[in-house]
Amino acid sequence: MSTVTEAAEPASKVDLGTQGGGSGEIQSFDVTLKVRRYLPETSEESYWDEWTVTMYGTDRVLDALHKVKWEIDGTLSFRRSCAHGICGSDAMRINGRNRLACKTLLKDLDLSKPILVEPIKGLPVEKDLIVDMDPFFQSYREIMPFLINKGPEPTKERLQSQEDRARYDDTTKCILCAACTSSCPVFWTDGQYFGPAAIVNAHRFIFDSRDDAGDLRLEVLNDKEGVWRCRTTFNCSEACPRGIQVTKAIAEVKQAVLNRTF
Amino acid sequence: MSVTTEPIIAAPRTGRIDPKYLRSKGSSGSFEMLTWLFMRLSGVLLVVLIFVHLFSNLMVGDGINGIDFGFVAGKWADPFWQFWDLALLWLAMLHGTNGVRTIINDYAERDGVRFWLKMILYVATVVIIVLGTLVIFTFEPCLVDGAGNLLEASPAFCETR
Repeated sequence: MSTVTEAAEPASKVDLGTQGGGSGEIQSFDVTLKVRRYLPETSEESYWDEWTVTMYGTDRVLDALHKVKWEIDGTLSFRRSCAHGICGSDAMRINGRNRLACKTLLKDLDLSKPILVEPIKGLPVEKDLIVDMDPFFQSYREIMPFLINKGPEPTKERLQSQEDRARYDDTTKCILCAACTSSCPVFWTDGQYFGPAAIVNAHRFIFDSRDDAGDLRLEVLNDKEGVWRCRTTFNCSEACPRGIQVTKAIAEVKQAVLNRTF
Repeated sequence: MSVTTEPIIAAPRTGRIDPKYLRSKGSSGSFEMLTWLFMRLSGVLLVVLIFVHLFSNLMVGDGINGIDFGFVAGKWADPFWQFWDLALLWLAMLHGTNGVRTIINDYAERDGVRFWLKMILYVATVVIIVLGTLVIFTFEPCLVDGAGNLLEASPAFCETR
């Protein structure tokens, strides 16, 4: 046992500077939430429901939805898992734009009007803000989102140069929240289009130097409902909560299909 | 302890995809790719074709005041302008038709409506392309009346024939 007296540890090892007085200093405001409700067990018709709640400057749309669900109306249904922008569960249409509820701060929205919250478009609504994601994941499965390598199984990891890794870095960020696909007007028309998300995830493997099945994926996406249905409206790039240049990725896949043919 | 067979429970949502979303596995070959490519290439060509057409018609010589029956007849007496206008006609018609085809594919909701809209479009396209091509190559610039006299609007070169 050491007899040397050590200096007491500070509250934080990081210099925090002079701090404010805690939550008392965070601004609070009243927020009106206007949510598109759909309760199939009571009515075939969807309708708008409105609540006014007091929220704080650090709160997100998800916190407002939680407050309503936990304190006012327990029947309000929505998906969320991690609540920190990683799991991709809570994509919804906020003020007409596809956003993650957990990444949209209330203070960044126009609070003088009610905040419109709707389910993402183009997929069948199951209840309130919950949509059936099966068609979305079906398209994702069809582009074979896994490494296919014809060579012998290596004994250690498959090496790749930094340049080769950087080639598809942008599209590795996808969290499959469906914000892009459900913002695409072509997907809205008949739901047949593969959609930006499937193409982004195909891009992630097509341009991976370790993958050998690029041709197979390009063949899948050279479909009537594949990359050629993209009209470059850039809705997907605008909607992506991870900042992926989705339209650019689609254009690169188009180019790859062309290069393969000519 | 008795051995019980595990009840077989289907995975959630198995086979429950709304049929609206199921893609028919119709092999379209590379048609959509070729039309996509055609739109880009014809677009570039059309910009050149259209602006030279506009410049030669509206800016050169008497400009817009010089355009009459004789002016058009004179142009089509020259094989260069015949093929220029032919390229303009075909490319513009096919480019436009493909654009409208795309819009119909996107916006028509029922298969029957989609089919018939496209049929009307294709028939109109074929009629215009065939008629236009015929006019360009069979155009008679020196029109005569019943008595065999040249009509007033005829271009100047008719007099020398």
